[in-house]
Amino acid sequence: MAETGKKVDNGVNVEALLGAREALTAQPEAAKFRWRASCKWMNGTHSHSTVKEFFGLGDNQKHVTEFKFDADHPEIFASEDKGATPVEFVLVGLASCLTAGIAAVAQNRGIQLRSVVATIEGAMDIQGILGIDSDVRNGFDGIKVTYKIDADATPDEIKALVAQSQKRSAVYDIVTNPTNVTVQVN
Amino acid sequence: MGAPLRAIDVVVIGAGHAGLAMSRCLSERGIDHVVLERGEIANSWRTERWDSLHLLTPNWQSRLPGFAYEGNDPDGFRTIPETVAYIDRYAKVIDAPVKTHTKVTSVQPVDTGYQVITEERAWSCRALVVASGACNIARVPSLAAAVPARISQLTPMQYRNPSQLDQGGVLIAGASATGTQLAHEIQLSGRPVTISVGEHIRMPRLYRDRDIQWWMDASGVMDERYDHVDDIVRARKVPSLQLTGSPQRMTLDLNSLTTIGVKLIGRLAGIGDGKVQFSGSLRNQCAMSDLKMNRLLDAIDTWATENGFDGKVPAPTRLEPTRVEDSPPLGMNLNSGEIRTIIWATGFRPDYSWLGVPVLDRKGYIRHDGGVVSSPGMYLMGMPFLRRRKSTLIDGAGDDARDLSAHLESYLAGRR
Repeated sequence: MAETGKKVDNGVNVEALLGAREALTAQPEAAKFRWRASCKWMNGTHSHSTVKEFFGLGDNQKHVTEFKFDADHPEIFASEDKGATPVEFVLVGLASCLTAGIAAVAQNRGIQLRSVVATIEGAMDIQGILGIDSDVRNGFDGIKVTYKIDADATPDEIKALVAQSQKRSAVYDIVTNPTNVTVQVN
Repeated sequence: MGAPLRAIDVVVIGAGHAGLAMSRCLSERGIDHVVLERGEIANSWRTERWDSLHLLTPNWQSRLPGFAYEGNDPDGFRTIPETVAYIDRYAKVIDAPVKTHTKVTSVQPVDTGYQVITEERAWSCRALVVASGACNIARVPSLAAAVPARISQLTPMQYRNPSQLDQGGVLIAGASATGTQLAHEIQLSGRPVTISVGEHIRMPRLYRDRDIQWWMDASGVMDERYDHVDDIVRARKVPSLQLTGSPQRMTLDLNSLTTIGVKLIGRLAGIGDGKVQFSGSLRNQCAMSDLKMNRLLDAIDTWATENGFDGKVPAPTRLEPTRVEDSPPLGMNLNSGEIRTIIWATGFRPDYSWLGVPVLDRKGYIRHDGGVVSSPGMYLMGMPFLRRRKSTLIDGAGDDARDLSAHLESYLAGRR
């Protein structure tokens, strides 16, 4: 573990997070969040999504700005490639969730990070989505994330950061466990 | 109530090792008390354990106030009948005022303290010690309700030995001490076992030629106090160490199970339409467990060096990392006939259905500060990490009872 007394700053306000954890333990209702996005079809496989509002702490909340995302498919799928594919958004979600978690855990454990870089790869047999072979699933066969981390810590301490980040990651949970999905048409 | 009322200073509920240790400490302080026991002394050990179970701690380690091991096998592990006999003998040696077959049906707060109702009488007491155990009810996840009817379901409290099970595959949910021990003997009985692995703590039985419990005891890990750990809520939820107490002093970990043919899969994540899904988190669960084990062994090595053990015991070693196949299965059809039995080794919880004092948190556990319950004059014993890491063990009951009986005595004297 890093020496105590040395100021560690990964840009994470751990006191605020721990304070929130304490407050929400006492008020479990406030811990119920709803995350939202809206998605509009543009043309072909191109869609435009926005993220602005969400619900949490018992009230409607807002990001400081509206975030915009274009999704499409590459030209080899006869698409116009106006954005990343939806499955790549899933990879981005997983990698950014794990990476944020690493920073938070490192801050909490007093470990100074200098650089954290993840590369992530999802393997997929597209015979599934093309309906060629019904034994092949649509989604990833497996996802591999590789981290390069430079930090004031031993190799095992760094591995423990990455392990703890998986344990507490929402997207990791979403990807590794089933979720009921309800899609309705109004 | 038609039943007679009797007043006494203290009622202790439960005559297991924890209640008896408290009884001994109360007697030493000259405090009038009674120990009420729903069945026989050491009742859970007599009625709720499987046949092959041995204590997870070596014989020398079950030290109770005024009572220590005197046999010739200090490094052995007691069988369940031996454990029952040990606790029974302790009750006699300390002359504990136990009333057996006296089931407490209700405890209510009253002006003078507590009223404890049993089938034949009511007791009125100023102080109350709850030592009714941490493992009264086997936890079964709600997804058990979706298991097809053709599959038998069992908890470790109902399990006695493999011959009870149909021939055919067995799915064991949970890979702590209970799940791994059951997986081992059931696989060896010829029934192929699949074990679902969530958070668990891997531990070698012997490390540098000594029992792991010896190292944890000697280095002070077991004496770590509840008010000195970073996160006591989490520490109290840590699963049991993956240990078994066998005459061969074998290490029982996932690698040893894989070697005899047990199949590892991730945590049970969902059951629907006769299909069970497993979490894709198996690799991380195993990696975390290896890291935690190695952190403890590193701390033991540091302590061993500082205390002059290097050269006197073999050099440090590390176990091979837990082997996980490249793509563990993520699902299984429960209607294929491959699995005939599911055993829920998913932990235990206490039963406080009789407790009418409003001291439970939203998870149904008694709120307490190191065993001192929020309701004045009420104390808790025998829960994980109650006051120290060893509170979970028979060996921890002594120090906890000494501390809490001192607190209780000042409470009765009006000093608290």
